[in-house]
Amino acid sequence: MAAFLAALSLPCTAFAGPEEDRLAFVSFFQSRFPDILFDEFANGIYAIDADSRAQWLEIEEFPPYEFAIEHGQSLWQKPFSNGSAYADCFKQPLAEVRAAYPAFDAGRAEVVTLEVAINDCRVANDETPFAYDASELIDLTAYLGYTARGKKIDVQIPADEPGALAAYEYGKRFYYSKRGQLNFACADCHVTSVGMRVRADRLSASLGHPTHFPVYRSKLGGMISLQQRFFGCVRDVRARPFELQSTEYRNLEFFLAYMSNGLTINGPGARK
Amino acid sequence: MHSTFANRPHYIRWATGKAPALAALLLLLASTAGAASDTRVAEGKSLATERSKGNCLACHMIEDGELPGNLGPPLLAMKVRFPSRSTLKEQICNATIRNRDSRMPPFCQHGILTEDEVELIIDYLYTL
Ligand code: HEC
Ligand code: HEC
Repeated sequence: MAAFLAALSLPCTAFAGPEEDRLAFVSFFQSRFPDILFDEFANGIYAIDADSRAQWLEIEEFPPYEFAIEHGQSLWQKPFSNGSAYADCFKQPLAEVRAAYPAFDAGRAEVVTLEVAINDCRVANDETPFAYDASELIDLTAYLGYTARGKKIDVQIPADEPGALAAYEYGKRFYYSKRGQLNFACADCHVTSVGMRVRADRLSASLGHPTHFPVYRSKLGGMISLQQRFFGCVRDVRARPFELQSTEYRNLEFFLAYMSNGLTINGPGARK
Repeated sequence: MHSTFANRPHYIRWATGKAPALAALLLLLASTAGAASDTRVAEGKSLATERSKGNCLACHMIEDGELPGNLGPPLLAMKVRFPSRSTLKEQICNATIRNRDSRMPPFCQHGILTEDEVELIIDYLYTL
């Protein structure tokens, strides 16, 4: 346990590659919660908290994100004014689009998320890009998450791509760095304090965070992206939040998604 | 008690050359040593509870406090466990001195609470 924390809190060492990190990460949560099956971590806090799980299962019977999926589907199917459509940019079968992101794009030397790829497709077809908090964009990702249900998260860090490793390392450092007036690292809450309570909120495991986004948040009465959640948690520790889809958050998403490799995509989700 | 005294140097100035008054004042201070006034305790309690201030309940169970978190240990029997006021003050003002990786915000260090506010909170904690 001490060795695990040391390995993760140190910046890139010669021996600990992403796969060693991931295995240590997974085994930390598995030894913390020996009764929870690996795939259950895709359910966030509801994997851990039996009380709220019952409520959540009830909500899932009439999913509040259904409208977002339908809206996303109609947007996806509507051709651009030049006659082509999203499917002309995303060549893989529909069910495989979501799992192809986030990915390191060697040509651009940066991490490309699903949201960025959708906007790129629009720009390539002379359409204006969406704002990164636009409901159209989030609903498109809700549809793509839904069609990908059952597929696995499978983020690649190619050995011959030093940029990908650097992006990963950046995201990892971000996750373990203290920030803000409250002096919290993401890992302080979602690793070290997993399962504990901050006021009335129990803290979910990092493992599985990216599987179910976007989520419908009943508190907000609407859908939010994974990066909007990052934004909220950074603001809550009273740090200056970064822009949605900034390099910082893309690298953070890259790291976090890599940690969840092998988990089943189950988006969109419903959360408090 | 020391900080109360230090924070109010006008008492001393006022008392200079008035020996009987000074003696009376010292007696008064001696009799109240260790027992903070009710108003200080009440102020300390609200500073400890308010979400925009100490928000100690976010992480600590404190007697009748509502919706306490459990990231940190329960705050009870404080006088027995923290006989040294300065140790307690250091834990609140900058928890990272005792534990570099502390998940407790360094309240004075990061300007969340002033030292005076922490003194009030300590007066309250010592009633627990
Ligand atoms: C002070 C505690 C705290 C810190 C620090 C914190 N979070 Fe959170 N986070 C929460 C709480 C509380 C929730 C809501 C309950 C839950 O699902 O864990 C949450 C939820 C989340 C979720 C949604 C989980 C889900 O299943 O829907 C993500 C993603 C997340 N946080 C990422 C981060 C990232 C990234 C950071 C660092 C930039 C961070 N958090 C820092 C307290 C924190
Ligand atoms: C966000 C979490 C958090 C908040 C808010 C917080 N603490 Fe803590 N506190 C902790 C943790 C975690 C510890 C365990 C020791 C450490 O890591 O420093 C701790 C330890 C302590 C201790 C030492 C207890 C012991 O038995 O050793 C005291 C005293 C204390 N806190 C007082 C306070 C007071 C007073 C406030 C509010 C002004 C406060 N804390 C707010 C997280 C918090």
